[in-house]
Amino acid sequence: MSDSKAIFLKDATVNAADGDQRAFIRKALGGYYVNRDLQKARYRDWERARDAASLAKWSAVNDLANVLEKFTANFERNGGVVHWARDAAEARAIILKIAKDADAKAIVKSKCMTSEEIHLNEALEKAGYGVVESDLGEFIQQLRGEAPYHFVFPCMHVKREAISELFTKHLGTAPTDSPEELTMIARRHLRQLYVDADIGITGANFLVAETGQISITENEGNARLTAALPRIHIALSGIEKVVSHLDDLSVLLPMLATAGAGQPMTCYNTLYSGPRKKGECDGPEEFHLVLLDNARTRLLADPEQRDALHCIRCGACLNVCPIFKNIGGLAYGTTYQGPIGSVITPHLRGLKQWNHLSGASSLCGACTDACPVRIDLHHHLLHNRRNAAKESPTLFDRVFHHGFNFVIKRPWLFATGGRIFRATLPLLQKLPLPYMGAWMKTRDLPKAPASSFRDQWKNDHA
Amino acid sequence: MRISLFVPCFVDQLTPQVGLATAKVLKRLGHEVDFRSAQTCCGQPSFNSGQWDVAREAAIRALGVFRGADVVVGPSGSCVAMMRNFYPELLKGTPHAAEADDLASRTFEFSEFLVKKLGVTDVGAKFAKKVTYHDGCHALRELRLKEEPRQLLRAVKGLELIESEEGETCCGFGGLFSAKFPMISTAMVQVKGGALARTGADYVVSSDPSCLLQIGGWLSREGKPILPLHIAEVLANDA
Repeated sequence: MSDSKAIFLKDATVNAADGDQRAFIRKALGGYYVNRDLQKARYRDWERARDAASLAKWSAVNDLANVLEKFTANFERNGGVVHWARDAAEARAIILKIAKDADAKAIVKSKCMTSEEIHLNEALEKAGYGVVESDLGEFIQQLRGEAPYHFVFPCMHVKREAISELFTKHLGTAPTDSPEELTMIARRHLRQLYVDADIGITGANFLVAETGQISITENEGNARLTAALPRIHIALSGIEKVVSHLDDLSVLLPMLATAGAGQPMTCYNTLYSGPRKKGECDGPEEFHLVLLDNARTRLLADPEQRDALHCIRCGACLNVCPIFKNIGGLAYGTTYQGPIGSVITPHLRGLKQWNHLSGASSLCGACTDACPVRIDLHHHLLHNRRNAAKESPTLFDRVFHHGFNFVIKRPWLFATGGRIFRATLPLLQKLPLPYMGAWMKTRDLPKAPASSFRDQWKNDHA
Repeated sequence: MRISLFVPCFVDQLTPQVGLATAKVLKRLGHEVDFRSAQTCCGQPSFNSGQWDVAREAAIRALGVFRGADVVVGPSGSCVAMMRNFYPELLKGTPHAAEADDLASRTFEFSEFLVKKLGVTDVGAKFAKKVTYHDGCHALRELRLKEEPRQLLRAVKGLELIESEEGETCCGFGGLFSAKFPMISTAMVQVKGGALARTGADYVVSSDPSCLLQIGGWLSREGKPILPLHIAEVLANDA
């Protein structure tokens, strides 16, 4: 068993038994369903909007090299500097070099899951830079020393009292249970940091090839300050974030908000068009973009699962996932939690180490129905299982399924086996058998009938 | 119409009354029903476990079993979804692809067959009980069936249909998933089973016997006063 699987099983077991925490997460998501459906109803045709959003991403992803070249040419024309990073180490090295060249001391960041993916904060802190997350949820998680719980709602699992205690401990503020006051505490603390920071690091929701602009979506306004106040802006983005046309955003931006958070639009949607130009009164002196592969091209090379690169990281699949809601986001042990994480992590970080996430699903398909860009999520979990069985078959599975196949190929053996199974079921239930014992621990099997359907049918039709 | 029954392997062995009830309803509607005894399992456990080579063998066997059948009707959204949606995927690019597509087009889930193929909603059933309905995920999302079973239940004399919270939430069965990840599966059935029990219904009815195994197993263990029942058993009841 891989280490990541062992940790997953341990954490998932503990969390799945924590009824209070599970109820808290369900409650936290309760309002989302209502708002999402209200907003969906405002679309003339939600399903056709999904088609359009999916097509916008599909056309860019399926012509990725060309669309990226077009984007980077336009981005450079706007005065930005493009850096290509093959993997996490290269991306970290690029950003560290920019920081060193700029003689930077303090760095402020807005929400960027790609930076979590490359473990950027650890690298920057190790090199001696002060790094502060400016998104409220990320700021709370940074103070907690914990990874984001949900890639859109990083601290959704943290109760208000715990946030108040955290602020009291780290910022010396008076305890409060008012969400507004808690937000103001963070705001007061963060304001000066934007002014003091030499570098602002952001992510990117979309890269617009046609105009060379970067689109960032946020609710707090912190990304705008992060991008505008420090003298250097570094944006870090996966290569799959590119879209061909500005007009693509007209469907992608509202769908991102509605599918992910039940909002009509996110509060701030900003297009960044390069560094401060002559005559402009604000904006950074330098604007860098680090474009990260980190195994995304491995997904691109797989025509079956390439649509996973359509993902706009809205979080809808997490919000509806019964697995996510019952084990929580931290148990995954991945940057991207929930169904999309279970699909892409085996590609990004190795199938053998991460296939258990594909197995830990009832394949209910709620994720696929929720996905605004029509990623075939739950079927990709099946594809990962198939690929893993081929790549590194487990002995138990081989023996079990080939044995099962031997039986079902022979109807007489199936009928006889069934007869023995039914006759010995009361005994079997008392034995500590693998799988069956685990099942019986929380559930009863029905009483075995005296005769099977096939026997009764044969008697009735003799 | 001549109908060939597709009886899931665990229905055959553990809940034969579901298969018998399915045949009873179809016969009552005046159709001829056969059961081809060479059928065993559709191969879904292997398919879901990634053992597609094994599942492919099961699929090819099933093609042979149901060759020549006018229509194939099964009382399980999950097993029918295997034949309808996944056999074509499994056998794509093989010499069996065309036959897999053909079988897919002739195979129906029981409630789907009654409502969409036969155009029947009132099958002459009586059942004076309070009932809540559980949508199996495969019926709901692979076969896109939601209204069909409800139409059938609403036409049953004396039956009161109550919708539950968590209406479209998975029960947590997922085949071998429920045994490989028992803690997650149990958490899921706690959510689903709890919501079903809170309706105050006498029975939880579903078109999927595998979900009923999971839900019924948990309800029984928890001592909840609500029993699992397959929709065919409800519709077969005419007394």
